[in-house]
Amino acid sequence: MSILIQPDTKILVQGITGDFGGRHAKLSLDYGTHVAGGVTPGKGGQFFEHKEHKVPIFNSVHDAVAATGATVSVVFVPPPFAADAILEGVDAGLDLVVAITEGIPVRDMVRVKRAIAGRKTRLIGPNCPGVVTPGSGPQSHGGCRIGIAPGYIHKQGHVGVVSRSGTLTYEAVYQLTSKNIGQSTCVGIGGDPVNGTSHLDVIRMFNDDPDTHGIILIGEIGGNAEVEAARWIKANVRKPVAGFIAGATAPAGRRMGHAGAIVGGAEDTAAAKIAVFRECGIEVAATPSDMADALLRAAQAKGVTLT
Amino acid sequence: MNIHEYQAKALFETFGVPVPKGVAAKAASEFDAALAQLPEGPTMVKSQIHAGGRGKGTFTDGFKGGVKFCKTKADAKEIAGRMLNNTLITLQTGPAGRKVQTVYFTVASDIKKEYYLAILLDRGTSRPVIVASTEGGVEIEKVAHETPEKIFKVFVDPAYGLADFQVRQLIAGLGFTGAEAKGAAKLIRNLYTMFWETDASMVEINPLITTPTGEVLALDAKVSFDSNALYRHPEITALRDLNEEDPKEIEASKYNLSYIALDGNIACLVNGAGLAMSTMDIIKHFGGSPANFLDVGGGATKEQVVAAFKIILGDANVKGIFVNIFGGIMDCNVIATGIIEAVREVGLKLPLVVRLEGNNVTAGKATLAGSGLPIVSGDTMADAARKIVQLVA
Repeated sequence: MSILIQPDTKILVQGITGDFGGRHAKLSLDYGTHVAGGVTPGKGGQFFEHKEHKVPIFNSVHDAVAATGATVSVVFVPPPFAADAILEGVDAGLDLVVAITEGIPVRDMVRVKRAIAGRKTRLIGPNCPGVVTPGSGPQSHGGCRIGIAPGYIHKQGHVGVVSRSGTLTYEAVYQLTSKNIGQSTCVGIGGDPVNGTSHLDVIRMFNDDPDTHGIILIGEIGGNAEVEAARWIKANVRKPVAGFIAGATAPAGRRMGHAGAIVGGAEDTAAAKIAVFRECGIEVAATPSDMADALLRAAQAKGVTLT
Repeated sequence: MNIHEYQAKALFETFGVPVPKGVAAKAASEFDAALAQLPEGPTMVKSQIHAGGRGKGTFTDGFKGGVKFCKTKADAKEIAGRMLNNTLITLQTGPAGRKVQTVYFTVASDIKKEYYLAILLDRGTSRPVIVASTEGGVEIEKVAHETPEKIFKVFVDPAYGLADFQVRQLIAGLGFTGAEAKGAAKLIRNLYTMFWETDASMVEINPLITTPTGEVLALDAKVSFDSNALYRHPEITALRDLNEEDPKEIEASKYNLSYIALDGNIACLVNGAGLAMSTMDIIKHFGGSPANFLDVGGGATKEQVVAAFKIILGDANVKGIFVNIFGGIMDCNVIATGIIEAVREVGLKLPLVVRLEGNNVTAGKATLAGSGLPIVSGDTMADAARKIVQLVA
């Protein structure tokens, strides 16, 4: 099993006719993901073709859902139109919308978050690498790849990875796979200050998933989402958890690439978050090269097998 | 994006947030005309730089105070002459300081009491929060730490907007009554409208003051905007002052590179913000000191890599370069080719350690090794970080 998506989950790509969306739709198709449809207003009736695949394009998410039965969409729509695209997916009753778009105005996301409160749709992102549930084929082929992560570095297995950062997630996944440790699901929640799903939301899901035996939690400076997750882990999670926080050397008050990665006070520095991780029994990776090893140490201490 | 106090106050006036009357001047020849617009009497002269702590700052020629009270307009003119084109060092500017290219003259208001008022995003609730305190004119972090009961917060529901009862809560917390309560309520409502409509990420008034005649005024103004939303606010984008930004950061932004200068000597070039931050961290972990944050993004091109090398080498402190790329989708061989071209084009003399991982990495490493250039290869982030730290030491 896995969380959020299974290898056979049918997905829609909002913005499939754009460069960015199209490129990654192709990579998902190559990975064996069920890309059931694309959505681009005004291009309904056309097809997105790639090798043997012929993916129908729809004018609206509602049309696409009705025709394909897809339950998940991924948003590659440019920032000025991304909030609208997310709301359309929510209105169409999808289970999950994953917003990859970087650069959505904060005010738009404040409104979106308020508008979707209480709705059944879960939003992941924006400004995130997406979600991958690896498949059982060679190089994890046959999995569900939503977003922009490299599929081939994954391996089907039992470790859950949650992170704000794309490349740091890949780093962790690559280390795990190199050690022959597979992943249940890898979730990038995104680097923006307002996002749909928090570290804690994902940790809860991993904790409830019987097929996830260990968790890597990757965070960074800014906000207190990692602290909130760590305290919940201390109270509720018996599975081994390893953590890493990026930004120990970041100067205060400067935005480090991610809109959310900015030290505002004493509480959201890397040092403060790492201290809370330790206090909550999370095995801290000293460097990003140490993430998989940190999880192995945590698993060994608890007598848990990860492979 | 940050703006100057005088620009923020002009915006305040547009939205009906009262400020003491003021005029900005960018040249000594403009002082007379500027001061002519103010009434005779006590006048403030305020250096306009983006950094805080101006009042307690010192100019490089020894002149003290970037914000000065003057009894007369004649004094104000003389003081402004000392400030303009002088370099002000404050706790926030770093030792190099900032050149004052604009001075702002304002009427010196009589102060009855000082307060604090700010609006920003609360990440926990994903809502705007209005923060107010009876303790103005001091550092709000200090108030929050020492006397948290003197800070009042209301969280604004973005679906409804700022509600009247919330304004009343703030007014009651600040202890305003009568004409002051009326003035403060209007000011708070208008400030919230400005925050929301301009896509501000923060507006801060410290201090907000009352005067003996019952006015409520914003004595200072600090405003920053969400860079992601500037595309829909050309009038705010026009307020950007490039003099206040690091020229290297401006150059980087032209190539869609995210660059921030630090004070170490090992430059980094990385793809992805999280990886870029942790590359700085790992350099420090192994005893080195990072010279910058540099994220080339997910789909780095050869042009970007060349531009990145040039920007990095524009920092005279740099003694070595660490390139850390996890090319998940990007072809490592293309990146390797880009690095080699960049090294040749800039005639790099400094030690360079490259850690490449990901798609087509074997070919990428072979290309680097076969280039004949003294490029050191690192197998993991840790291995590469150790190597560059040793080479620079």
